[in-house]
Amino acid sequence: MTRNSKGKNVINVLLVDDEKGYVNVLANRMSKRSINATKAFSGTEAIQILRKNDFDVVVLDLKMEDMDGIEVLKIMKKMAPELPVIFLTGHGSQEAAREGISFGAFDYLTKPCELSELIEKIKEAYQCQVTG
Amino acid sequence: MEQTLTDRKAFYHILSRKITTLILVVSFFPMLLTTGILVYRFNLTYTDKIQAHISEVVQKHSQNIDTFLSERLGNIRYTALHFDSMQQAPKIFLQQHLAILKSEYGDVFTDLGLINKKGVQFAYEGPFKLENADYSKAQWYLKAIDKPFFISDVFAGLRGHPHFIIAVKVTSNGSDYILRSTINFGAFNSLVENIHIGKTGLAFLVNSKGELQTQTKVGINESIIASMLDRSCYKDNETVFAKKKDASGNKFICVTAMLNNIDWIMVFRQDLNDAFSDLWKTQFLTLVIFILGCIAILSVAFTLPRSIVKLISSADKKSEVMNKQVVESGKLATIGELAAGIAHEINNPVAIMVEEAGWIGDLLEEEDLKECENLDEFTRALVQINTQGKRCKEITHKLLSFARKTDSTINDVQVNEVITEMVSLTAKMARYNNVIIETNLNEGIPYIRISPSELQQVVLNLINNGIDVMEKTGGIIKIKTKVSAIEKNNLVISMEDNGPGIAKDNLNRIFDPFFTTKAVGKGTGLGLSICYGIIEKMGGKIDVHSQVGVGTKFRIWIPFQDEILEKTDNE
Repeated sequence: MTRNSKGKNVINVLLVDDEKGYVNVLANRMSKRSINATKAFSGTEAIQILRKNDFDVVVLDLKMEDMDGIEVLKIMKKMAPELPVIFLTGHGSQEAAREGISFGAFDYLTKPCELSELIEKIKEAYQCQVTG
Repeated sequence: MEQTLTDRKAFYHILSRKITTLILVVSFFPMLLTTGILVYRFNLTYTDKIQAHISEVVQKHSQNIDTFLSERLGNIRYTALHFDSMQQAPKIFLQQHLAILKSEYGDVFTDLGLINKKGVQFAYEGPFKLENADYSKAQWYLKAIDKPFFISDVFAGLRGHPHFIIAVKVTSNGSDYILRSTINFGAFNSLVENIHIGKTGLAFLVNSKGELQTQTKVGINESIIASMLDRSCYKDNETVFAKKKDASGNKFICVTAMLNNIDWIMVFRQDLNDAFSDLWKTQFLTLVIFILGCIAILSVAFTLPRSIVKLISSADKKSEVMNKQVVESGKLATIGELAAGIAHEINNPVAIMVEEAGWIGDLLEEEDLKECENLDEFTRALVQINTQGKRCKEITHKLLSFARKTDSTINDVQVNEVITEMVSLTAKMARYNNVIIETNLNEGIPYIRISPSELQQVVLNLINNGIDVMEKTGGIIKIKTKVSAIEKNNLVISMEDNGPGIAKDNLNRIFDPFFTTKAVGKGTGLGLSICYGIIEKMGGKIDVHSQVGVGTKFRIWIPFQDEILEKTDNE
C-alpha cells in the first residue's frame, strides 16, 4: 500500500486483460476510488511488470490471447506466493475459475461486474494478504 | 412429411401382405400335400383291406359249401357201395341207411330213394309219399343217368318247395340204379345265409343259368344277378371283386367265387356306402380337421401380420422419436457451444460499455453541472446503460448456464425438499400474481443422485413459467411427486397449471432454444430448453401436455440409481 498525493492510502493493483478498453476505463475508475491500478495488456507484460514492481492485488483475465490466465497465475505464484490474484472472466466458466482457485487464486468475478463489487473483492483480498 | 407417412403406410401394407402370403404358402402347401398323400394312401390301403377281408370271407364260405357238398356226396356214395339187391330188400336198405345218416348228420338228409333205369323210384324212405314217382322226364334225372354222381340245382320238383338232390349211380347184380337223396334246403341255406357283413352285406348262390340257389331275406333283382354273371372272368378258387351300379343307380360291391363241386357261383353283395362307411367317416373327419386347419391358418395369416406390423410401426415410431431426441440433443449441444462463444464475445464489450458509462458518471460528479439542463437526462441515460448492461449479462449468463449447466456437482438429493425450497422461494411472487401453489409430495421417495442446483433450476424455471402465464388471471399450480407406477425405477415430478395453455403449433417447439411466447424483453426462450438439457443429462425425460383454455402439464421422469434404492430400503 502506498499513499497518494492527497495523503490517502491506496491499494496497488495490477490489472491484466487483453481488452485494452476495459483495462483503461477500469484503471481510471479505480484511481478515483483510492486504488492505484497498473495496466498490463497481456500475460507476458503482466509478468514483466511484476518482476520490477510490487503489488497488493492482481486482477487477472482468465482468457487472453498470448497466455492462459491459469498459466500466468502459476508463474505469479512462483514469483510472489503471497500475492492475492482475483480472476475476472468474461467466459462465465465457473469450472475454469474454480480451477484457478485450486491453483491459489483468491476468488473470481464474472464480467460485466459492478465496480463496487470488484473493489470490495480487492479490499477483501488485500485485507487477507495483510492479516494472513 | 405427409408423403413419407403415405409411403410408410404403403410399406406396412406390402409388408403385411407379404407376411400373409408367406404364412399361407408355407402352411397350406405342406398341409395340402400331407393331407392329400395321407388321404390317398389311406383310401388305397383301406380299400385293399376291405377287398381282402370280404374276398377272404367269401372264399372261406365257398370252401365250406364245397366241403359240405363233397361230404354229403361222399355219404351217399358210401351208402351206395353197401347196396346189394340180392341180400336186402331195397326198402329196408334205405330205412337202415337213412336212420344211420340222420343219427350222424341230423336233418341234413331228408330222404333216400332208389330209381331204376326207367326213371321210376321203386323204393323210397322219407317223409313224402314218393314211391313209384316217375322221374324219367325230370331234368336232374336226365343229367344224372350218364354220370357216376350228380348234384342237382335247387328246384321245387314234385313236392313243391325248394330242394336239391344228390344222385349216385349204383350197379347191383348187373342192373344200374340211381340212389338219390334230398338234402334239407334249410340246413344248406343257413351256410350261406349266415354270411353277414355290415348292414347291407348279403350272400347267395346262383347256378350257371343265373337262378338263385339259396333264399335271401332281401329280394334280389334278377337283372343284378345277370349283370354279375360274366363267367369268363371266374377262375377256380379265386374270388373276383367288382364295383357295380344297379338300375336305380345304387353303387355296390360284388364279390364272386366259383364252387369246385358244382357249377354254382357264390355271390356276395354289399352297398358301397355300407362297405366303406368307416372310410367315409374317416374322410369326413379328415375334411373337418382340414377345414378347421384352414380356418386357423387363415385367421393367423390375417391377424398375425397385422399385430407384427403394429409392433414394427410402434417400434418405428419410438425410434423416430429417439432419432428426433438425438437430433434435438445434438442441436442443443451445438447451440451450447455457440452460446458459450457468443457470451464470451459479448461480455467483454458489454463490460467496457458499462464501465465507460460508470466512468462518465464518475466524471459528471466532478463537474459543476448544477445548472446544466440535461443533467437529469445524462444521469438517466447512464442508469439505463447500466441496467441494460446488467440485462445483457443476465442473457449471456443464461446462455452460458445452458451451455455448461453451471453447477453440476452430484449429490444425494431429496426431491421433495428441493421442491419445497423452490416453492417457498417463489411464494411471494406467486402471491403477488394471485397464483396458489399446491403441493402433493409423496412421502418416502428415495434419495436420488443428481445435481441439486440443476434440479433447483428446473423446478424454478417451471414454477416461474407457470406464474408468468397466469400473471393476469391468477390460478393454481399443482406440484406432485411420486415413484412411477409403470417404470418403477423412476421418480415422477408433475407440474400442472390451469393457465391459458399452449397452442398446438407451439407445443412442439417449447423446448427449442430461444423459442418464447413471452413479450419481447421478458423471456429469453432458454428456460425450457435448459430444463430439457438438464433432465436429459440426468438420463430422464420431460414431456408436456397442454390444452388451450384448460392448462398445461409438465411431467419429468428421473431414474434412480439402484444402490440408492437399496440404501433407502435398508434405512
